Amino acid sequence: MSEPLLALTGVHTHIGPYHILHGVDLVVPRGEVTLLLGRNGAGKSTTLRTIMGLWRASKGRLTFDGRDITTLTTPEIAECNIAYVPENMGIFADLTVRENMLLAARNAANEKQIDTQRLDWIFGLFPAVQKFWNHPAGKLSGGQKQMLAVARAIVEPRELLIVDEPSKGLAPSIINNMINAFAELKATGVSILLVEQNFNFAQKIGDTVAVMDNGVVVHSGSMQALTQDAALQRSLLGLAI
Amino acid sequence: MNNSDFDWKPVALVPLLALLVFPLIGSGSTWLTLTVAGLAMGLIIFVIASGLTLVFGLMDVLNFGHGLFIALGAFVATTVLGSMSDWTQSDELWRNLVAVLPAMLVAMLVAGAVGLAFERFIVKPVYGQHLKQILITMGGMIIGEELIKVVWGPQQIALPLPEAMRGVVLIGDAAIEKYRIMAVIVGLVVFGALVWTLNKTKIGLLIRAGVQDREMVESLGYRIRRLFIGVFVVGSALAGLGGVMWGLYQQSVTPQMGAQVNVLIFIVIIIGGLGSTAGALIGALLVGLMANYTGYLAPKVALFSNIALMAAILLWRPQGVYPVANR
Amino acid sequence: MLTRLLSNDLPRSRPLAILLLVLLLGLAFAPFLFPGVKALNVAAKVLIFIVLVASFDLLLGYTGIVSFAHTMFFGIGAYGIAIATTRMGPTWTALGVGLGSALVLSFVLALLIGLFSLRVRAIFFAMITLAVASAFLTLASQLSEFTGGEDGLTFKVPEFLSPSYEFMDEEFLGVMLDGRLATYYLLFVLALALLLTLLRIVNSPFGRVLQAIRENEFRAEAIGYRVVVYRTVSSILSALFACVAGAMLALWLRYNGPDTSLSFEIMIDVLLIVVIGGMGTMYGAAIGATLFMIAQSYLQDLLRLGSEATVALPWLSALLSPQRWLLWLGVLFVLSVYYFPTGVVGRLRLRSAQRQAGRGG
Repeated sequence: MSEPLLALTGVHTHIGPYHILHGVDLVVPRGEVTLLLGRNGAGKSTTLRTIMGLWRASKGRLTFDGRDITTLTTPEIAECNIAYVPENMGIFADLTVRENMLLAARNAANEKQIDTQRLDWIFGLFPAVQKFWNHPAGKLSGGQKQMLAVARAIVEPRELLIVDEPSKGLAPSIINNMINAFAELKATGVSILLVEQNFNFAQKIGDTVAVMDNGVVVHSGSMQALTQDAALQRSLLGLAI
Repeated sequence: MNNSDFDWKPVALVPLLALLVFPLIGSGSTWLTLTVAGLAMGLIIFVIASGLTLVFGLMDVLNFGHGLFIALGAFVATTVLGSMSDWTQSDELWRNLVAVLPAMLVAMLVAGAVGLAFERFIVKPVYGQHLKQILITMGGMIIGEELIKVVWGPQQIALPLPEAMRGVVLIGDAAIEKYRIMAVIVGLVVFGALVWTLNKTKIGLLIRAGVQDREMVESLGYRIRRLFIGVFVVGSALAGLGGVMWGLYQQSVTPQMGAQVNVLIFIVIIIGGLGSTAGALIGALLVGLMANYTGYLAPKVALFSNIALMAAILLWRPQGVYPVANR
Repeated sequence: MLTRLLSNDLPRSRPLAILLLVLLLGLAFAPFLFPGVKALNVAAKVLIFIVLVASFDLLLGYTGIVSFAHTMFFGIGAYGIAIATTRMGPTWTALGVGLGSALVLSFVLALLIGLFSLRVRAIFFAMITLAVASAFLTLASQLSEFTGGEDGLTFKVPEFLSPSYEFMDEEFLGVMLDGRLATYYLLFVLALALLLTLLRIVNSPFGRVLQAIRENEFRAEAIGYRVVVYRTVSSILSALFACVAGAMLALWLRYNGPDTSLSFEIMIDVLLIVVIGGMGTMYGAAIGATLFMIAQSYLQDLLRLGSEATVALPWLSALLSPQRWLLWLGVLFVLSVYYFPTGVVGRLRLRSAQRQAGRGG
């Protein structure tokens, strides 16, 4: 197996006096879609934020592409070509969709410098982004905002895409859009790490799965194996598909 | 700013105030003089306040010492203009400008440089701690004010207007001071430059985004700290420019002028909404007009009138006229 | 019994307790220990500022509110006494009327300011109080017929308190027993009583809620405490105590003007004292005020020496000029906020706690 793209070893995170992550070991393989599952409060979002440097790990190590990123600042981590979509989507409501996209295009000083081919591809995946191009992003519906958030994350090629709950609050038809988008992205070689509560959604796109509980990863393996083992599903997630 | 549903109500306040006061003043020419004076003062205050509100909006830092840069700019101008007296005493406008423009530039440079040091040594160590920020920036202003006294002496220094900028222009019966018209022009230029930068450049985009969600801007890969330093320095430089203009408006400078103008600035950005440039403009114009109208109608209540204005606006919109989204 | 008197808020540090005791004795016997007009003036100022700063600590240290309007209440108290005795003559009735109306005005203003904090955030609030205080200062200078304008009001105090009134013809322990002495001891008793009252307030259930609000306003509200009510009451109490401190000032100086009680410099002094002494401790006000007043009075002489000694280097000499006192104050202030955030009292208590922990824990 090739070297993983992202690896967390024994990562602890404290938020103020609260000890949230108690030694997380997580591996994100290259070119695959990795799902991070678990109940509410298991520490999934905290793990993502720790990866992005928004919260500093108090103990442990994080490596990306062989490089130690444990103590890097958030902008530096983003510059490693990691794109992050937080749970609240991070849309700048007062800016237009166009401005949101331009902001995410680090190498573009203005709109004309965004790769038009890539933009057309994004418009194909997420038609709403094109439709509301000059509208304030705050006017978009929840599902459209989610699409914009992901579109923004991929406006330039990235190696790792991290998304926190991409399917939250989305209508089923839009969820399919999302699934297609991730499949196409994966086909271009992007590694994807998703946090999900919706196991149905997760198993449709996931290759690898890691389950968290109480601030640690309690199970990791292939999605296929988990899908086929109802008993394991029940014990880890409290339900079975 | 969105085009479809731009909130015009606060903008309407400015002409509304001007119109409401008209019957109280009675004479059209006096009204015109006062209104132009108010707009001029308002635009000068805007130049000073714009930096402060952006700094707060972007980095959640409240600089109670902003007044220092005002005083600094004004005092630097006295030195520069003082040494160019043959240019300022000439009655040819272009000669005057040859003196005034460099004075403004030098004032901005000095204020900006001091701003850089101020940010590094006074502000940076207390990011995120509002209480300490208030205390420390206030302390910084006191230190700065005292240092001004060391360099320029503790007394008031005259800052006379250059010859060609004195006097009035007559429009019908109304006597409108030439300098005030110039102040309006400079203020509008600064406003225009700010609006253009904020809306048409990527840096402006970063600032507008950073005001809404700092974390997300960092997650997109931008080193927001550098942006902040830049905004702080520009804000300080603008305060310095405002100081020069204010000093020329009053025709004198004192070391305490920073603390005095500080109060007006705070009223302005509270009215405008912390973080909003447009709000700062509205607030500044309202405050400038109010100061001039009450100065004519009821001088004793001038400062109170601004506080009453502030209270009235806060009762209508507790976060200021243009509250900034995410706070 | 001492514990009850101090409302269970003991110094918790032997060095601190000793300092406080020395301070108490020093102030109690100041006229006898430190002869001379200047020393007694310093002692009286210490007493006044202890009350003023302790009342500010209630607001800042215990409730977590920054308000620059504190000197306004100080001024109201001082002007209350000054105006009343100027208009009604130097009688005790006049003092009563003056203090009474000043307290009522302070109450009303503090209530308005406190209620206003319902609608605005902490930063707004600080800025608003700054604006209000400035406006008040201007108002005091402008209403000359009422307040004496820029020149202020000079007035007489009741005979018992006036310097010319002598209880005995001969001196007692080297000190003339006159009205001045009486005034001093009136101030002393007042300061002691008010400080103990403040200790009682901050250690009561009310005080604890204030501290809870300071720590986490959201949670306090969620538990069920109406934060606005508590904050308003705290700001009213703080204002009332500051008002009395102002009355004390007026009584001592027999003069009051805008610069004496309303100036921004006084606000800075209060901030400096509360930071250096230690926020949220009450004792910090006492220690801080003493250190500050002594320094202010005697350090300026030191600066003058320094300035004269460095005449050869004009820029250094200018920096050390005694008029640049505020510069060094400012530097000290900034350094205190950074390196000394818990103040003298906090430091001493920390050291004692560490020593305790190391010893037996």
